[in-house]
Amino acid sequence: MDSFDIILNINGSDHAVSVEPRRTLADVIREDCGLTGTHTGCEHGVCGACTVIIDGEPMRSCLMLGVQAAGKSIRTVEGLADGDALHPLQEAFKDEHALQCGFCTPGFLMLAIAALERDPNISDEALNELLSSNLCRCTGYANIISAVRKFRDAGK
Amino acid sequence: MKPASFRYYAPQNVDEAVALLGEHAGEDGHILAGGQSLVPMMALRLARPGALIDINQIASFAEIICESGWLAIGPCVRHAAFHKSVVDNPLGTLLSDVAKHIAHYPIRTRGTFCGSLAHADPSSEWCLVAAALGAEIHARNISATRIINAVDFFSGAMVTTLKPDEMIVSVHLPLLPADSVFGFAEFSRRAGDFAMAAALTVYRLEDGRIADARLAVGGAEEDPRRIAQAEAILNGALPGTEIFREASKAAAAAIDPITDVQTNSHFRRKLVHTICERALARTVSRDG
Repeated sequence: MDSFDIILNINGSDHAVSVEPRRTLADVIREDCGLTGTHTGCEHGVCGACTVIIDGEPMRSCLMLGVQAAGKSIRTVEGLADGDALHPLQEAFKDEHALQCGFCTPGFLMLAIAALERDPNISDEALNELLSSNLCRCTGYANIISAVRKFRDAGK
Repeated sequence: MKPASFRYYAPQNVDEAVALLGEHAGEDGHILAGGQSLVPMMALRLARPGALIDINQIASFAEIICESGWLAIGPCVRHAAFHKSVVDNPLGTLLSDVAKHIAHYPIRTRGTFCGSLAHADPSSEWCLVAAALGAEIHARNISATRIINAVDFFSGAMVTTLKPDEMIVSVHLPLLPADSVFGFAEFSRRAGDFAMAAALTVYRLEDGRIADARLAVGGAEEDPRRIAQAEAILNGALPGTEIFREASKAAAAAIDPITDVQTNSHFRRKLVHTICERALARTVSRDG
């Protein structure tokens, strides 16, 4: 099938890529743009490991076609740290032992950041509901919830 | 876990979209709106459309319009658009309450109301809303637009009466009388998972008694639908625990339950009974 020449703007940088329409945004980000921080777990929208922020909203990048993301502002986990300085939410994950193998971490980070940008005072209850979107198979969820709460409370 | 190849089109207006759909209907051409059900089905190779017509670039499709007593929802309106009430009417509150039960937040930012109806999963919250409230589905192909009533739209699990060359151009929901009360409840084993049973009820009070009762059940049969036997019990009665239980019992008895590896029909009926009672209880108390 024909490929489409598109430009993806990821973390403020343009990536000119040629993609077959059948390829998901997750795969294009990883394989064509070389940004492998976005992880692909289930590849059918259940696990949330591939969550990225598109035009300010968290979305599953495995449930969007790469070709559909042309012209949109995409943010991935690579955009969080400032050089060697981790993003405060990444620090909070470290402090609260909110990751073990780290596979799900990029998805949780992008999910939480998008939600907190929208609602910096998100309630504990809403946060629990939000974080139920993604799966973690190591630490469980208590430490992830603690880390996100810590980051939220630091911003108040 | 990767979709098979397909032709991709991104029309800029509705005329182009229906023309492309007509052209590709014979090779299983599909409309791509939010893609939160279609794309996973493609990844699992349960769906192999020959062509996708991506309607996300059609600006007018993202609009919600309220006029003449109806709320018209365009085909690219996302679930998340309903998180806050979209109209100063009990319908706005109802939609907001229901929206929060749909999958998870990152799905709601992309998936669409109209797409849910076209997909017609038996457990879909929006399909239940459409059935309960008597939605009108406006469908268009290259030559005509027709209006399909919700009761004639769902035609078995994941099947609708849309023709292969027709697309939903809007779904119209009637505004509710200002004194309407509603209650929604659903059950699933995990947060955000497919509902195994869901119920939506709406009614008004006349001299303290229930009037214009609607009670619809989803997730338990192949199609969501209103349960006339339960509504008959509610109409004219004083709202309360006893009458709610009686109506729920009637709803549970009236359905032809889906069974699957997790459930038998007895379990599903019990679930419908419970979920109807919860929905009805919420008409009198948000904590119900």
